[in-house]
Amino acid sequence: MALSTPQRSAEAAAAVLAGSASAGRTRGERVFAVLLLGATAVSVLVLGLLIAQVLLDGLARLDLQFLTSYPSRRAARTGIRAGITGSLSLMVLTAAVAFPLGVAAAVYLEEFAPDNRFTRLLEANVANLAGVPSVVYGLLGSAVFVYLFQMGRSLVAGALTLALLILPVIIVASRESLRAVPQAIRHAGLALGATPLQVAARQTVPSALPGIFTGTILALSRAVGETAPILVVGAVLSRRSDNVPWGLLDAFTGLPIQIYDFVSRPQADFREGAASAAILVLLTVLLLMNSVAIVLRNRYARRW
Amino acid sequence: MAWSQAVDTAAQAIVPATPERVFELEHVSVSYGPNLAVRDVSMPIHRNEITALIGPSGCGKSTLLRCLNRMNDLIPGAHVDGQVRYHGIDLYSKGVDPVEVRRRIGMVFQKPNPFPKSIYDNIAFGPRVLGAKGNLDDLVESCLRRAALWDEVRHKLKSSAYGLSGGQQQRLCIARAIAVNPDVILMDEPCSALDPIATARIEDLMRELEDEYTIVIVTHNMQQAARVSDRTAFMTTQVEPDEDGGDRRSGHLVEYDLTDRIFKNPADPRTEDYISGRFG
Repeated sequence: MALSTPQRSAEAAAAVLAGSASAGRTRGERVFAVLLLGATAVSVLVLGLLIAQVLLDGLARLDLQFLTSYPSRRAARTGIRAGITGSLSLMVLTAAVAFPLGVAAAVYLEEFAPDNRFTRLLEANVANLAGVPSVVYGLLGSAVFVYLFQMGRSLVAGALTLALLILPVIIVASRESLRAVPQAIRHAGLALGATPLQVAARQTVPSALPGIFTGTILALSRAVGETAPILVVGAVLSRRSDNVPWGLLDAFTGLPIQIYDFVSRPQADFREGAASAAILVLLTVLLLMNSVAIVLRNRYARRW
Repeated sequence: MAWSQAVDTAAQAIVPATPERVFELEHVSVSYGPNLAVRDVSMPIHRNEITALIGPSGCGKSTLLRCLNRMNDLIPGAHVDGQVRYHGIDLYSKGVDPVEVRRRIGMVFQKPNPFPKSIYDNIAFGPRVLGAKGNLDDLVESCLRRAALWDEVRHKLKSSAYGLSGGQQQRLCIARAIAVNPDVILMDEPCSALDPIATARIEDLMRELEDEYTIVIVTHNMQQAARVSDRTAFMTTQVEPDEDGGDRRSGHLVEYDLTDRIFKNPADPRTEDYISGRFG
């Protein structure tokens, strides 16, 4: 029985307004959306609680004296100068080693490697290395750098270990960034009589650099927060005031090590006050680095 | 370098009694892995002419074009049989450097592909990788002028090439190609992404460039071939049943002649069917 056009229109209008037929479906949608929101809220809430707790315990302790003092037996006089300079030295050295190596490896794999079994084996290895627990890198660094190469429990051994740790991450991020550069750019360069190396050096890699930097900064921020590997390599729980960790073969420490040290002390002033203040500093550094990475990614993101 | 000198000498040695042959293709077949894409093409390509390759999709015209400057090398599994002689030298013989080949035989692609850099740097890239130093302003200007783009971009040479329209980008790609002073320019459906006005401008440009360069153009557009080219090669796909009950498709050359003759009085009925729109 065909309805006349006005009748049909009236019916459609009524259905849209009342939504009677879809009321059940709409309720389902809402319940599900609330569940999803809840899942998100749990992680955000826990993080919020954590930060609130750290702020409460640490903010009062965080002052210039804390940032510029070497560790002390007395909680009121202790500080994280050694941790900050240590982490900074570690980061610079780690970046200096891991960035060129990682980018070079990515450029080789993405731009030059022939498509054969050996290449695929390399690729699978790199991808798997990114998932190896960091303490394993610590053991590797301890065996190879500290003992085999006789570097001792030194800053350079720690930095090399961290560099190994983040190398696969940098390689993977750089390769993804290189892969996002359209093939047409490479062809355009080659068709002008540029060599593959010239095309990579002057077009492909510069185009991919923002992504490569973003990946490298994120990887470095991971390295800065790592405790296990440098602990295994032999970072000292530095309490010596003469520990300025800039010499390559000097003993070294880092912020996470200092936090670990503070937390393991019996006194509440260390466990809560000093540890929380140090955590605040570490968190600030990490958030800053991640923000720089995000800004880089957004500002220079190319839309091909 | 010895090879390029040989080419220069060879180029000078030939006396242009009949139109000089830049390329001579002899029994050229191209396969991708086990699949034959182009079968047994033999044809010459003449100096300072526009040669059009036409034919239905998948007939191998782009594949054939990419043999001429060894861009096929970039496709894994691509293999060329027969001879592609460029001024008498087989491009696929040992000792030929594909980088040098592409320097002399430039290419303009289907989709405009400027570098994500300034207009100026797009033109300057080729000369710079070939060793040009210092100020390239004059070269950039003359290339843009010859590509009929100068007046539109003279005030924004330092701004990104991505800000140009599609047609302008394609003219920039042509300007970029002539900046390395090639001998031949290959164009792979250069107007397929452009509107009719931009297309007309590119066609005018091709006509002007013909005096200095040898141009080979692949086009889907038969009117375009009729308008701009001196000679036209018509290719088509041949389907043969294979042993497994499927079919093998490969492109081959049906007819190659002066464009006038191909369009007015083709020798092969398949050519006539194609150009009159009865097939393809």
